[in-house]
Amino acid sequence: MDYPFDLQTTWFLLVGVLLTGYAILDGFDLGIGTVYLLAKSDLHRRTLLNAIGPVWDGNEVWLITGGGALFAAFPHVYATVFSGFYLPFMLLLFGLIFRAVAIEFRSKLESARWRQAWDVSFGLASVLIALLAGVALGNMIVGVPLGPDMEYKGTFFTLLNPYSVLVGVTTVALFTMHGSIYAVLKTEGELQEQARKWVFGSIIFFALCYLLTTMATLLFFPHMAEKFRTQPLWLLVPMVNVLALFNIPREIYRRNEMMAFLSSCVAVASLMALFGIGLYPNLVLSNPNPEYSLTIRNASSSEASLTIMLTIAILGMPFVLAYTSAIYWVFRGKVNTQALHY
Amino acid sequence: MDAETLARIQFGLTAAFHFIFPPISIGLGVILVLLEGIYLKTKNPVYELATKFWVRIFAIVFAVGVASGIVMEFQFGTNWSVYSRFVGDIFGSALAAEGIFAFFLESGFLAVLVFGWNRVTPKVHFLSTIMVMLGSHFSAIWILVANSWQQTPAAYKIAGEGVFRRAEITDFWGLVFNPSSMDRLVHTVVASWATGAFFVVSVSAYYLLKQRHQDVAQAALRVAIPFAVVASLLQPLTGHKSVAGVAQNQPAKLAAFEGHYDSTKPMDLVLLGWTNPSTGQTTAIKIPGMASWLLYRDAQRPVIGLDRFPKQDWPPVAWVFQTYHLMVGVGMLMIALSLLAAWRFRAGKLPECKGLLQALVVAVALPHIANQAGWLSAELGRQPWIVYGLLRTSEGLSKSVPGSHVLTSLILFTVIYAMLFALFLFLLDSKIKEGPTAKVESKRSDRGLI
Ligand code: HDD
Ligand code: HEM
Ligand code: HEM
Repeated sequence: MDYPFDLQTTWFLLVGVLLTGYAILDGFDLGIGTVYLLAKSDLHRRTLLNAIGPVWDGNEVWLITGGGALFAAFPHVYATVFSGFYLPFMLLLFGLIFRAVAIEFRSKLESARWRQAWDVSFGLASVLIALLAGVALGNMIVGVPLGPDMEYKGTFFTLLNPYSVLVGVTTVALFTMHGSIYAVLKTEGELQEQARKWVFGSIIFFALCYLLTTMATLLFFPHMAEKFRTQPLWLLVPMVNVLALFNIPREIYRRNEMMAFLSSCVAVASLMALFGIGLYPNLVLSNPNPEYSLTIRNASSSEASLTIMLTIAILGMPFVLAYTSAIYWVFRGKVNTQALHY
Repeated sequence: MDAETLARIQFGLTAAFHFIFPPISIGLGVILVLLEGIYLKTKNPVYELATKFWVRIFAIVFAVGVASGIVMEFQFGTNWSVYSRFVGDIFGSALAAEGIFAFFLESGFLAVLVFGWNRVTPKVHFLSTIMVMLGSHFSAIWILVANSWQQTPAAYKIAGEGVFRRAEITDFWGLVFNPSSMDRLVHTVVASWATGAFFVVSVSAYYLLKQRHQDVAQAALRVAIPFAVVASLLQPLTGHKSVAGVAQNQPAKLAAFEGHYDSTKPMDLVLLGWTNPSTGQTTAIKIPGMASWLLYRDAQRPVIGLDRFPKQDWPPVAWVFQTYHLMVGVGMLMIALSLLAAWRFRAGKLPECKGLLQALVVAVALPHIANQAGWLSAELGRQPWIVYGLLRTSEGLSKSVPGSHVLTSLILFTVIYAMLFALFLFLLDSKIKEGPTAKVESKRSDRGLI
């Protein structure tokens, strides 16, 4: 019985939406973190931080809620992946802790040493978070050794295979591009010119990584492309993806920053969609022994639980979207650099 | 040490660290609403100054609360995977609800609270303050619903076998109103109010002692002292509701609270003492039969003791006993102190009572001690069950995580949290020394800077 919109598929989509929301929103925070260390002066760094200051915490909540939803909808995935990827996840947590603390604490004291220490923490933590998130995604494509008890049977180094590391680097590149575009959108003057250069640099870096990853995927993990062969309509997604990517330099060149940023959002979202389409209906591939894979069928919560949560999501998400947009509206416009005298 | 012990220490440590911050935010959030409300009503600039000062402190507390909260959210999966498989169907909904109803609200409106002074109208700003306050209370609701379910499981059925054995939800409202959730929610939220109130009282008392920012300190005290009195006085009442619930649902825990071993005897109310579980002796200053009377209005009535339970089902009795009485004792001290402060404050004599002011400065620690002791007694009293009566803690552990990995992360957490806590205190200290000055105020709000 496999009609397309049962509860499990719905939750596959919803978890996907939450994680995509995270990638789009926190993606630019992380990207700002990556280019942050390249900034020329303390004033530039402050301005960059101010561009994400009011929103980064709310953006991170998409990850927290995505994690919560994964726990709720597919507890076996939550349990298997989080315990199996133990050390990388601990690193990820330390990255998230350091980033949060760095953003909040950096400007609290007027000492140069204090700031430098937090600046470095912020930059490195951002890169680390993006890298580890990408490595985790990569491993979902490669598959990990699972046993009949759904438990992870590999080691830490199983996770560090070349393909997953490549996906990790690609993620860093993607967020760097996304964050640079956000910087162009939110700043003006000298810093904005600098940010434009970052955009072009990171687009090239990303394009290279993207090509490599695509080739590697098609060569070694053809299962990710299977749906596109059997149901060609899905090919629209990679097409949208490529168009969005090509549109970015064009809009940047035409100084249409908002469109460039929206294109970048579409690019991130369609990449996540590609990943989701390729994976479905699996959640964690078992490699070897595919029969032990976790799928949306054998790893989900009960129908009753999924229904309750769907009600919660339907009741709650409109509010979340409404006031999140309102808050972005309140903080719209350029970060005010004139008022930065101190 | 084995992986289980290490994982338990790690969970306890990270949870205890996290729980330093949310109670401050929850209580301080209410005080912010009151201060800003008074300002909007009276337009008295002292209240504006006080509000802005406490918002800055709030932001620091909140940041560490968030940083440590993420660890909690993911730690069920990393260290307790079997437990996660077992409870996911039930308390996934609570965690998801927490994200959707609480965290988005809090983190979103916090931006307006901290950065929005010049971007929105005073009314909208006030509304944001209220939203942040509500958001932090909502997180308490949902997380306590989840935690209470594992203390007193309800509205579930057991399904599946082997790795697929799990509790499945049968009724959402049954989960929300499980037998202990509302008692524990009220008790914990009131504890958080007390925590926030004592925090504000402490800093303001410090200013009075140093004779700095006295008008702002007085304004804050006018709100915080009554709040501290009310919260402290409510605490034994709400706690009593919890004890009654524990008596009904977790008799072994209750017996451990009071060091009660003999089911044929009425239960005494222990004030201070020690208990020895291997001999079954409790040596203490106690009121004979008083606990029986409090619970059943009958000092003669026997209460189930630990002798009813096989030894392997006993919680760590001595720990539960001590932490429980520490909480109650500290609670009594809080009542005494807050009443004394209120009495002197009303007479306008507080600034002259140096001794009392010094005591109030230090008293910031009291609610924290009671909070930590309370959680320890509640969580240790649940042992050896991770889900009371359904799943043992030893069974809940992640199977694929070797002890050496847990040890590594435990060491790192200890180091990082110690560092973070030192930094937090250092920053708090420098912000408090800097004080609510108008100069800093305009500088910060004009820039809208972090
Ligand atoms: C929703 C669930 C939940 C919530 C809200 C809390 N805990 Fe908890 N706690 C657990 C779920 C849990 C657990 C996962 O179920 C643990 C891990 C091992 C165990 O037996 O229970 C646990 C263990 C545990 C231990 C170790 C007990 C032992 O192993 O003997 C301590 C000291 C605490 N917790 C303290 C706290 C504090 C200070 C909290 C306040 C924030 C808190 N817990 C909230
Ligand atoms: C083990 C259980 C817990 C988990 C999984 C957890 C999870 C989290 C997470 C992920 C955050 C960050 C949210 C953000 O980014 O905005 C957070 C913050 C917060 N949590 Fe917890 N938490 C736990 C226990 C508690 C308890 C017991 C309370 C209160 C009674 C509480 C109250 C709060 C509050 C008020 C915040 C906002 C930050 C702050 O005020 O310091 N949490 N928590
Ligand atoms: C003064 C008399 C008090 C009594 C009789 C009392 C009673 C209790 C009881 C019975 C529990 C365990 C509930 C359970 O396991 O289900 C508990 C837990 C707790 N107590 Fe108290 N308490 C008192 C004071 C305080 C004070 C002053 C604070 C903090 C300011 C506090 C904070 C807590 C916390 C945070 C918990 C853990 C959460 C919970 O289980 O509700 N208590 N208390």
